[in-house]
Amino acid sequence: KACTPNYSPGRGWPTSQTQDGFEDILEERRNSSDLKYALRCYAPVLYKGVTPCKANMLKNIVLQSDQLRYVINQVSQESGEAPDIIQEEASVILEEMAHRLQISTVRFFAFALSKAFKTLFQHVCVNEEGIQRLQQAIQEHPVVLLPSHRSYMDFLLMSYILYTYDLALPVIAAGMDFMGMKFVGEMLRMSGAFFIRRSFGGDKLYWAVFSEYVKTMLRNGFAPIEFFLEGTRSRTCKSLTPKLGLLNIVIEPFFKGEVFDVNLVPISISYERILEESLYARELLGVPKPKESTSGLLKARRILSEDYGSIHVYFGQPVSVRSLAQGKVNRSTYNLFPRHIPRKPMEETQSFVNDTAYRIVRLQEDNMVLKPWVLMASLLLQNLEGMELSVLTEQTVWLRGLALSYAAFLDWPDHAPTAKVVSSSLALHRGLACVSGGRVSLVVGEPLGPVTPEEALFNRAVSVLSCASYRNQVLHVFLRPAMLAVAMHTAASSKKNEVYNCFSFLWDMFSNDFILCPGDTVQDFEEACYLLVKTGAVQMPQQDIVMTDIGQPTLSFFNGLLEPFLQGYQVVCRYLCEEASEGLTEKQYIPAVRSFAHSVLCVFTGNLRCYEVLSSDMQKNALAALLRGKLPTQKALLARL
Amino acid sequence: MLTSDSCLSLHKHGSSMASDSNSSESQRIAQQRLRIIAGHLQKHKDDDSGTIATECKAEANKGTVPRKRQEIMKWNGWGYSDSKFLFNKKGQAEFTGKRYRLSGMVLPSLQDWFENTFGASVNHKSPATPALNASAVPPASLNEAFVEDLKATGIPFSHEAEDRVFRAHGHCLHEIFALREGKKFERVPDMVVWPNCHSDVVKIVELACKHNVCLIPYGGGTSVTSALECPPEETRCIVSLDTSQMNRILWIDEKNLVAHVEAGIIGQDLERLLNESGYCTGHEPDSMEFSSLGGWVATRASGMKKNVYGNIEDLVIHIKVVTPRGVIEKSCQGPRMSTGPDIHHFILGSEGTLGVVTEVTMKIRPIPEYQKYGSVVFPNFEAGVACLREVAKQRCAPASIRLMDNEQFQFGHALKPQVSSIFTNFVEGLKKFYITKFKGFDPHQLVVATLLFEGDRERVLQHEKQVYDIAATFGGLAAGEDNGQRGYILTFVIAYLRDLGMDYYVVAESFETSVPWDRVLDLCRNVKERINRECKERGVQFQPLTSCRVTQTYDAGACVYFYFAFNYRGLADPVHTYERVEHAAREEILANGGSLSHHHGVGKLRKEWMKESISSLGVGMLQSVKDYVDPDNIFGNRNLL
Repeated sequence: KACTPNYSPGRGWPTSQTQDGFEDILEERRNSSDLKYALRCYAPVLYKGVTPCKANMLKNIVLQSDQLRYVINQVSQESGEAPDIIQEEASVILEEMAHRLQISTVRFFAFALSKAFKTLFQHVCVNEEGIQRLQQAIQEHPVVLLPSHRSYMDFLLMSYILYTYDLALPVIAAGMDFMGMKFVGEMLRMSGAFFIRRSFGGDKLYWAVFSEYVKTMLRNGFAPIEFFLEGTRSRTCKSLTPKLGLLNIVIEPFFKGEVFDVNLVPISISYERILEESLYARELLGVPKPKESTSGLLKARRILSEDYGSIHVYFGQPVSVRSLAQGKVNRSTYNLFPRHIPRKPMEETQSFVNDTAYRIVRLQEDNMVLKPWVLMASLLLQNLEGMELSVLTEQTVWLRGLALSYAAFLDWPDHAPTAKVVSSSLALHRGLACVSGGRVSLVVGEPLGPVTPEEALFNRAVSVLSCASYRNQVLHVFLRPAMLAVAMHTAASSKKNEVYNCFSFLWDMFSNDFILCPGDTVQDFEEACYLLVKTGAVQMPQQDIVMTDIGQPTLSFFNGLLEPFLQGYQVVCRYLCEEASEGLTEKQYIPAVRSFAHSVLCVFTGNLRCYEVLSSDMQKNALAALLRGKLPTQKALLARL
Repeated sequence: MLTSDSCLSLHKHGSSMASDSNSSESQRIAQQRLRIIAGHLQKHKDDDSGTIATECKAEANKGTVPRKRQEIMKWNGWGYSDSKFLFNKKGQAEFTGKRYRLSGMVLPSLQDWFENTFGASVNHKSPATPALNASAVPPASLNEAFVEDLKATGIPFSHEAEDRVFRAHGHCLHEIFALREGKKFERVPDMVVWPNCHSDVVKIVELACKHNVCLIPYGGGTSVTSALECPPEETRCIVSLDTSQMNRILWIDEKNLVAHVEAGIIGQDLERLLNESGYCTGHEPDSMEFSSLGGWVATRASGMKKNVYGNIEDLVIHIKVVTPRGVIEKSCQGPRMSTGPDIHHFILGSEGTLGVVTEVTMKIRPIPEYQKYGSVVFPNFEAGVACLREVAKQRCAPASIRLMDNEQFQFGHALKPQVSSIFTNFVEGLKKFYITKFKGFDPHQLVVATLLFEGDRERVLQHEKQVYDIAATFGGLAAGEDNGQRGYILTFVIAYLRDLGMDYYVVAESFETSVPWDRVLDLCRNVKERINRECKERGVQFQPLTSCRVTQTYDAGACVYFYFAFNYRGLADPVHTYERVEHAAREEILANGGSLSHHHGVGKLRKEWMKESISSLGVGMLQSVKDYVDPDNIFGNRNLL
């Protein structure tokens, strides 16, 4: 595995990634009784041997905490309501929020999920070293589990795995939308989920109850706390920029000295095929997300008849908040305020938490297991008209080499001939790509009967976006060198500083679309240079960066990789320059830019094939980049692109 | 001396006025009055000169401390030469000498405790160098002119190696360790002077200024902050000013209940002498056997019974200090003044950087009629702290109340002397049974609070009941007078025990802090954990002993005292390891809202944190006082700033 000398995220972070081997936990399930498994003795070790706390006792601790009492009095004074009433309100909020973890429900899920997983997946692979590290960490410090979020499956899967390994079951922060599914919501609650409203902006009381609830569990080490840094499922399979609210909450007890340390455990869950694959594409194209409902879930049973390949779950190295914060946050600044009075985190703390969040997400990315198909998808998307199977195979092999030299965590079957690997990937993803007459091309859903140009475009876009969700999984491996490739392409000269300026421009622009740690521009640039030089695509005589004789395929692949994004941003800019009226609200923006993109796509069928601009994700990110105001004016941007 | 001079001139003036007397009646009366006054003065003058003669001759030195301290005290360890712990041929621990209650006793459980706690063995000795190697002491670099002038004053002095080395250190671990190992001191005082009274000090300071000699005041020598260490960069002649011979009570004022005392007196002598007149100061720091009044003032000392008598700053009414600029004192003994910032507070805690405290007027109290020890056992440390907090809240703390954690409780038990009577053993066993089996206390969790009540009998009993009632509400059980008293005996012998540890590869030290009530538990837990972790990271091969006790209660917080010891076998530089760990522990204390020191002071050991502790402006204020009072840095020990 390659190591990058210039890239070191700093003290406290795991240095070079050493990825462990995996164990398939379904194997045992296929060979022994699920019922026995569900009913077996479950006796996990807990944090410093604490006795687990009954859900009701926990609620009482929270309601009686100084923290909550303070806010209740404050709200009571502001609103004029009696404290009892506010207290009652707090109690109702807590009731709505709190988990009711029950081992019997967990056993039920253990049984049901065993059955479901065996039909859906070939393997569920877990790195056992990670489990051992986690077991150690749970005993020593409060632990926060931070899995990536690609599917509804994620948190059931997590609890399933922890149950399997006899580890303490986590409590999981879940969105309130699940509560809509009456029965299922309650089942999830009893398997450890606690529910939080999607938005509660200014609601002091809600925030106080919520944060105190989480902190109480953390301080006492009753259970590992699990939540999704990305906030929501990523519909594109790119990691989402992290949300900081919950991370702030779980880190604060350390700053206030209430716990000695907090361990953050990044967990990467990679699906070979995502259950929600085409659902996501439609959602991105503006077909509303189906509301979570029990009947909807039952309909989803259709899913059970398909093969979803395997899942890899990688438990990363626990990261000690204490080591991370050393020298970055001066804890004694918390000395002069009573600890139970809520305070906005200081700037120093905020930027620490922000930085930590980004780095955790990057660790999630690094430990994502990539399948050959993601490489094939990346190639197919650069050849929308289709490719010869032999060319695809050949290029996939080439790309594999490139990916490996960039330290991608690739799960390539041992001792299998490449042709076999390619064909079995195509078989698994036959809904996305097909081979006919020796040519591989994307499958476009063809509804019966006549098709309007809009419908045709929509169907085409669905297949491109579905395919892109696989390409996106490998982007984090290639992102930095790819941005350098684009920068070299656009820079006026090969002078290093000019290339850097272009790189830095792209870096800023794409910082909503990709996980780029704040302040890491220079580091990322150096990493990109290092990687491109290392693979022989680029050389750097003195103050120049130039392509080598053999660099062409690599650089043009990288240019092609980012092209959809560049074109997408370009379309958004054009829309804003040409069409957008003065009083455009954010709500109007998405439909408006979508129809603009539609018309552009219908007119230009030649080089412009940026179906991805139809994705609301890209539209939002492009707007956010422009709104950040760090960039030059839209016209200038357009000119540069 | 100033007073006697002015008396003399007034007297002369008076007699000359009396010679030309013959005018009016009123003049006659005035002259008569003057004659009377002159007569008084004459008499006073005679008296005065008489006193002065005795003052400075000090022919009958009643104090415990001889000029040659090494004649009765260890040169490389704590306390009296005749008192030490050792493991006898049978492997049993005993305490030699006749001075203490434990003296001559065998402590049967100490060996087990010692070996189990530290992984040490009585067979692995690390003996100390038997005697000081005088040739390893840097030669005295004397300022000849100063020595000449000093000789003229008749003040005794010495430049023998033993005397100089004895005053080159306090009782920090690294200092004692270096002595035991026979390591060379980089810098020791070049000579030692023994002033007998205030005027001697005035002369010495004048000469020091005249000849630019560095003075380091030396009281009891019990510093644990490197305060007595000579700055290695000091090139001038360093003179250690040993105050031990200034050890008399000059007068007792029973009307106002104050005593005027020379500042070199050590605690045990002061108490003994006052007791002879039926009084006490009630100031009992743990070091009171050896520490001096001037030292208490210079470090802001705190006594075990401060709840009744107050800390040193509450006890002093008047302080006389000789500085390079002259003598600082106030004009009256008013019990409280509003005359700007209290100048006493420049002196209190000045750690010998401004001058020498020569005489102190301090409060005295009649010896209390009744004293009673007591103890309470709590199921755990949390309950104990909660109880102490409640006692402080109700402001009903006994003269002393201390809470020892479980480690210290067990340690205390290991120091139980051999019990002669089977019956006592039986009762002890019964008590243990009652607490652990019947009340369900976990012997590895339970903690003990030791109590000392003072006052008239009836009040003590009433007070006792009040405290025990409070304790009961926190699950505390009264555990007898013996346990309480043993806790306080531990205080005096613990320093001797460190020497025993050092004979067997165990190094130990204590440090302290003060902290708001709500952070006591968090601070104790985090500091202990930090020590354990640092030891592990620094290659300490055995589990260290970390123990703490809450030794003082205040309205708004408590004083916490830590013991920390480890077996250093296998470490190349145990002192360095120890120092790094202590450094980390101090950082942890500061990060958890603890102060830099409650009563040990800053010295040179904790200077680096002064800015952080009192702000750079605060340091500037102190510096400007230093610059004004001692512009040539005559008092050049470089403590504090």
